[in-house]
Amino acid sequence: MELFLEQIINGLTVGAVYALIALGYTMVYGILELINFAHGEIYMLGAYLGIILLGVLTATGVTAMSLPLSIIITIIAAGVICAAYGATMEKIAYRPLRNAPRLAPLISAMGMSIFLQNYVMLTQGPNDKVYPQTIPVTTFTFMGADVTYIQLFIIAASVILMAALHFFIMKTKMGKAMRATALDKKAAGLMGINIDSVISVTFILGSFLAAVAGVMVGIYYGVVNFYIGYLAGMKAFTAAVLGGIGNIPGAMLGGFVLGILESLGAGYLWPEYKDAFAFLVLVLILIIRPQGLLGERMPDKV
Amino acid sequence: MGEGDIIKNPYIKCLLAGIWIGLLTIPFAGIVRAAYIAGAVAGASVAVTFLTGLRRTGVIKIPPQGALIERVERLYVRGRSTGGPKKIIAIAILLVALSAFPFIADRYALDLASQTGIYIVLALGLNIVVGQTGLLVLGYVAFYAVGAYTYAILSTGHLINFWAALPVAAFMAGIFGLILGAPTLRLRGDYLAIVTLGFGEITRIVLNNWDKLTGGPNGIADIPRPRIGSFEFTLTYFYYLVLVFVVLTVIFAGRLNNSRIGRAWIAIREDETAAEAMGVNTTWLKLLSFALGAALAGLAGVFYTAKMGFVSPESFNFLESVIILCMVVLGGMGSIPGVILGAAILYILPEALREFAQFRMLIFGGSLVALMVFRPQGIIGTKRRGVEMRALK
Repeated sequence: MELFLEQIINGLTVGAVYALIALGYTMVYGILELINFAHGEIYMLGAYLGIILLGVLTATGVTAMSLPLSIIITIIAAGVICAAYGATMEKIAYRPLRNAPRLAPLISAMGMSIFLQNYVMLTQGPNDKVYPQTIPVTTFTFMGADVTYIQLFIIAASVILMAALHFFIMKTKMGKAMRATALDKKAAGLMGINIDSVISVTFILGSFLAAVAGVMVGIYYGVVNFYIGYLAGMKAFTAAVLGGIGNIPGAMLGGFVLGILESLGAGYLWPEYKDAFAFLVLVLILIIRPQGLLGERMPDKV
Repeated sequence: MGEGDIIKNPYIKCLLAGIWIGLLTIPFAGIVRAAYIAGAVAGASVAVTFLTGLRRTGVIKIPPQGALIERVERLYVRGRSTGGPKKIIAIAILLVALSAFPFIADRYALDLASQTGIYIVLALGLNIVVGQTGLLVLGYVAFYAVGAYTYAILSTGHLINFWAALPVAAFMAGIFGLILGAPTLRLRGDYLAIVTLGFGEITRIVLNNWDKLTGGPNGIADIPRPRIGSFEFTLTYFYYLVLVFVVLTVIFAGRLNNSRIGRAWIAIREDETAAEAMGVNTTWLKLLSFALGAALAGLAGVFYTAKMGFVSPESFNFLESVIILCMVVLGGMGSIPGVILGAAILYILPEALREFAQFRMLIFGGSLVALMVFRPQGIIGTKRRGVEMRALK
């Protein structure tokens, strides 16, 4: 029972991270119908920025003053920088291709992904990077299961961010514009919505969330690499598809479900096939229920 | 960069772009290198703006983008429609040159040429699925792996030789293609792409973990080269073998392209609903496309393993699928000469850039983006639809 509960909590932690990244995929797909293959790399950039910024803050003495403050500054700053990366990426690699054949933006996204991976490898070195050991790993016991405060922090922060995003999409003017654009880009444009800025905001929000996920995973695992973006990105994409791509609550649900499924599957069935598990879920869901858990069936556009 | 819209002067825009990129790179590259990057970006964009400005005002004459390519393309198209003495001569010269290649090439160049041939076959195989039928497959490397491992496992078990492995591997890969194709027929576009990507990754992970059969991450070594009796196809002879294989594949792909099946595939690519309404059996033809594309990859896999003498799951990662897809797209989807050209460029160019080993993939990724932004239809293959319409008259 304790093991089961621990697996569930591990699953929720990883799932929260998948959900945060999945939101970026699903928002971009909802508006542009583009699988942004480079989104996983933004998460990776975020994880690296976590190390870099924490290092700077420790060197300047902020960490010694207050560790939580330093972590929060790191998360926000990494999010802002990655948001700038996301918006720039959209402008360079996707905006010129908005009316191109469908394969073109996909290839462009893959090119961007390869580019960013190698950019980080060249500037930060090809070896693993370790997070500074300033964050203590303290655990408490919950119904017999060991839980770390970092896990609790990740789950709580993700839920808060998702609630904030939901509020933004449902209650603000820009959120309304985003929903309108997702529904019908042309009509939204005719109604006076600035499509370009809506798309930029979409990339900014998605990249911010992915960067936060990156920093939190970095703190959680302690090690980052320039190639972590691909696998995390694919799993997050799976989560997005699982929940119904283009559907924001779906991405959140999909992230948590995938995280728990993966954690239980690896814990009880085949640990060595942990990574294959996500792909299996992806393939099965697309074949059995392509609209996802919460998605609606969309008729083919003719 | 909202300010870009307010500022009209293109040169100031370029400078701002440089500064912006420089700012972005500071956390990763440090201030000094970021300044270099900013300068490079600003300089490059100023140069591009200056040249396009000159061209627009007519001060210098740069031939329009793709003029040379169009000339080559015209030759190819005319050659085909008139039965083409020019085309036959061109092909004959090319074949003689390729046959004479081993007399001037060293070991490295021969090996490179053989591998290029294998990539050409892979790209032609993927072209059937992506270029002609319009089914976006991102896990093509899985079929390549099936072929490679079929030969590796059977030959190291002394069950089969190279020649017998060819049909077996093609069959195995083809079956694999059908297994993948059948459940995914309903899916369109991106969904299909992702399912095939998932299949490709699952294949690689299984190869990595099924130690008893595949040797796990260590792979399988000591795989024999092809031989007839006591005659072994070493480097030079292997090159000729690959050359024959490539020529046969090109002929096969070309015949297929102009056949009833090829026409039906193009109809599916252009508009599946309309094709079905016209009586094209889309289910069967899509499956056939999957099976044939996969079978070609399986054959290529056998050649690859025989050349390397060694196989491991590392050779069949997602990047490989991306590169093969890029070969198809770079050349121009659906156009056979384009795909051949694309495969050759994308394999030989990074090899030639070995000196800049670290920057190789950075340049590769950047060029993919640039290529898509400036010429999304690929090098050859722009007039494809127009040609088909004209051929009907």
